[in-house]
Order: sequence, then C-alpha cells, then structure tokens
Amino acid sequence: MSTRLFKVWRGDKAGGQLVDYTVEVQDGMVVLDAIHQIQREQAHDLACRWNCKAAKCGSCSAEVNGKPRLMCKTRLDDFVEGQTITVQPMKAFPIIRDLVTDVSWNYTVNKKIPPFTPKPDTTWLMQQRDVDRSQEFRKCIECFLCQNVCHVLREHDLEDKFFGPRFLVRVASLEMHPLDSLDRTALLKDEGGIGLCNITKCCTEVCPEEIHITDNAIIPLKERVVDKYYDPIRIALRVLTGGGKK
Amino acid sequence: MSDSTSVLDRKGLGVTSRHDTWWLSPLLIFLGLVAFGIYSTWAAWQGKYYVDTVHGADYLSPFYSPDIHSLLGINVPFSYAFLILWIPLGFRATCYYYRKSYYRAFFLSPAACAVGEPAGRKYKGETAFPFILQNIHRYFWYLATIVLAFLWYDAIRAFLFTGKDGSLHFGIGLGTVIMLVNVIALTGFSFGCNSLRHLVGGKLDCFSCSGSARTRYKLWGGVTILNLRHMEWAWVSLFSVGFTDLYIRLCAMGIWHDVRIIH
Ligand code: SF4
Ligand code: SF4
Ligand code: FES
Ligand code: FES
Repeated sequence: MSTRLFKVWRGDKAGGQLVDYTVEVQDGMVVLDAIHQIQREQAHDLACRWNCKAAKCGSCSAEVNGKPRLMCKTRLDDFVEGQTITVQPMKAFPIIRDLVTDVSWNYTVNKKIPPFTPKPDTTWLMQQRDVDRSQEFRKCIECFLCQNVCHVLREHDLEDKFFGPRFLVRVASLEMHPLDSLDRTALLKDEGGIGLCNITKCCTEVCPEEIHITDNAIIPLKERVVDKYYDPIRIALRVLTGGGKK
Repeated sequence: MSDSTSVLDRKGLGVTSRHDTWWLSPLLIFLGLVAFGIYSTWAAWQGKYYVDTVHGADYLSPFYSPDIHSLLGINVPFSYAFLILWIPLGFRATCYYYRKSYYRAFFLSPAACAVGEPAGRKYKGETAFPFILQNIHRYFWYLATIVLAFLWYDAIRAFLFTGKDGSLHFGIGLGTVIMLVNVIALTGFSFGCNSLRHLVGGKLDCFSCSGSARTRYKLWGGVTILNLRHMEWAWVSLFSVGFTDLYIRLCAMGIWHDVRIIH
C-alpha cells in the first residue's frame, strides 16, 4: 500500500494555513475518501461538508490543487504518482471552518428569480424536444463550483450586480420552458447583470454535471437580451408593429 | 465575500493555487492571434500579388475578395483590402469564441480559471463601451455572409482556367483545392455562429408548436452540430484564410508554381 502527502487548509475567518497529512492510498480512492481518512485517524475536528459521495448532492465542493472540483468525484489516480494534493475550501465564499464555506448568498439570489409560471389555461402537454434544453439545466446539483470560479464574483466581488452562472442556468431553464409565460429578459439585463459575463467559460470548465453553461444557457440568454435591447432593426420593428414577446 | 481574502489569496495577477500549465493555452492563443494579425496586416497592406493568373489560373486571395477594384472600378489611395477586411475582422472580433480567447489571452480577464487578474481595473464586462458593442455581432454575421458568398464564387471560379486561345476550360490546381477547403472552413465557422443558432431557432420556447417552429428546430439542430466545434472551426478557418492568401501570393510572385492536378 502506498502513501500520499495531502496539504489541507485548516482555519477559520481569523486565518489559517495548509497542514500536512500523509494518507494511505488504496485503488479507486477519491479525495473525499482521503479527507474522511484524515478525519478518522489524524484530525477528528477537520470540518468538511458532504452527503452522497456520488457527485449528486453538490455538498463536497472544494479546490483541489487549485481547481474547483467535487472532492467525491476527484480520483487520486487522476494525479501523477507521488504528487502532493492540496485541498482548499472554495475561495470565493466566506470561510466558516476548514473546508466549509458559507454559500448562503446563493439562496438570496435564487429568491430574486420569479418561478415557473404557466398560463392559467395551460394544456399540460409537451414534446420531449421542447423540454430537452430545460432538462439539461435541471441536472444542476447546486454545487456552486461555477459561482466560485466565476471571475465576476471571485475577482471582482460583484455579488450585488450579478446572479452568477448557476442562476443564469436557472433563468434559462425557465425562459426556454414551453409552458412558462413570464419574460425575464429585463431581469437578466438589469438585476441579473448578464452583461458582466464575458463568456470566458470557466463555469463550463468546472461544472461536474457537464452542463454547457455558456453555450446553451448564457449565450442564448445574451442573444435574447440583444433581441430586446440592442438590435436596432428588431427594436424599430417592434415599435412599428407595437409587438412584444410572450 | 471579502473576509476570506486575508486567509486564502485569490486575487491579483497570476495568483493561483493551480500547479498545472494553465498559462500555456493563453500563451498559444496570444501567439496565434498576434501571428495572424501581423501577417494579415502585412498582406492587406501590399495591395499587389493578390491574384494569381499564371498559366491561365484565376485565383483571388480571400483578403481581397470581393475584388471591388475590378468590379466597381474603385480606386483608393490605399490597398483596397482595407475596404473589405473590417467585415471579417469585426465578425471575428465580436464572435463569442474569439471574445473568450482574447479576454483570456490579451486582457487576462481571467488568463485561466481560478487564476487572479491584474489589479486596479474597474470591471464592467460587456455592459459598457467598448465591449457593449459586442451585442451587434449578428450584424457582422449578415455582412460576413455576403463576403462568404463572394468567396464561394471565387472558389468555384478557380475551377476554370484560361487556355492559350483565351477560352475557359475546367481544371483543378492545388490552388483550387486550397481555395475550396478554405471556403468550406469559413462556412463551417460562420454557420456554427451562436447568434445564428439563436436567430434560426434558439429564440423559440416551443419547437413543436407550429410547422415553422418544427422547421426551425431542424435548422437549429444543424447549426448546433457546427456550434459544438465552433472553436475548432474558428482556428482552422483562421489558418486556412491566411494560408490561402500566402499560397496565391507566392504563386503570383513567381516564387512557387501552382501544381495542376487536372489541366
Ligand atoms: S463564462 Fe461568464 S458566468 Fe461563466 S465563469 Fe465566465 S464570466 Fe462567469
Ligand atoms: S451549474 Fe454546474 S457547476 Fe454550477 S452549480 Fe450547477 S452543477 Fe454546479
Ligand atoms: S458528497 Fe455529494 S456531491 Fe460530493
Ligand atoms: S459566435 Fe463565433 S461567429 Fe458568431
């Protein structure tokens, strides 16, 4: 049985540092297994969040060797043998303790999005092809790795002006729903701050559910915003015909 | 979220906990775009050697198509390529893929994921001038498609060669093949455009609610296939357009002799 050196961030709001732990490694182990082994054998008070160990609950988000990842989906054999593995909490969220961060800001953003609102006389019939797009977005497990990596939040602290990729995905799932009757384009442009996204695709790179966040959600939403606010011919036509959407 | 900065650094130029070669991809993109920028500016500046008519060929460089100079008899005091090139330049500069690549490689915003950015800039993304202008991308698509139609004409025209008696006959040269491959690459790039994907069908919320919606769903599906590889099409077509100009230029200058596959 081989061993591997882990550096795990330990601390709280006041400060912290990377602490070394040597872990006995077995075939098929993931980073979360190693963290549990450390908890069990070396540091009983090591704080981490987890639930499913199956990449489905979105609880175990962290930064492994600097990359935002789910600890339960990150296999040790993804790393070169002998390479030290560094585990840090998500850096864009306030620290609670060790690997646990306060992600409650996300829930306040979520409340700003008007939920699914069908027309009063809706016929509840949908074709599969009409819900394919929304279903991709419904795969989201709310791990918030995309929110963590997004530079609008991580680097520029624009939490008060930008919903972040996870919630643009949620808006996309509602806007593209065949039975929804609301128009959230104004919300996207103003409060949602979709123009702050510069489509550099880090959200897509880290999404463990492999949702095409930028290509299938954000860019199509940006195009809907263009239709309404930036396309001069379309705006002129709308003024002339007195038409609106939805 | 500022209280975690003191304990876990994440901001500032190049600040990261990543151990991999995250800088390689932006560096290669930077070099690739700079190399193309230098070559294309130089080639556009020349104002000559853009048509190869050696041995009956009629190859027109994509940088100089449509040939406004011959078509309309327009004379300008500079290379007329500049009358055209703002269209493909604007099209690529506002393309969602190129935006990603130059925001990363030139503006380091961010250079790579989970890597800190240069400090001291007030970030506005695409909400303020100049980047708010990215929203007119679809108009560049319309214009670029007109140019693309001329490039198809040029590629088909490259199958015709002028004989010694002045008559036209069918033939294929290496230049013909290069021009054809180039225009296919450019078409693959243009027709995988995200704005087009929206306009042909993506803007609909229901794909099966009418006959036209069903047709548009198919169109959307077609654009989506190309869109999945939009980055690859972007690079292949960028390289092919530069290489096509170079090939025709070398032939026109007499440095290289076009290989005739079918006379
Ligand atoms: S593509 Fe946009 S939303 Fe996604 S990480 Fe980049 S800036 Fe943020
Ligand atoms: S979109 Fe992907 S990365 Fe973002 S919260 Fe959902 S699953 Fe996580
Ligand atoms: S423990 Fe549920 S996603 Fe990792
Ligand atoms: S998005 Fe790349 S060409 Fe339109």
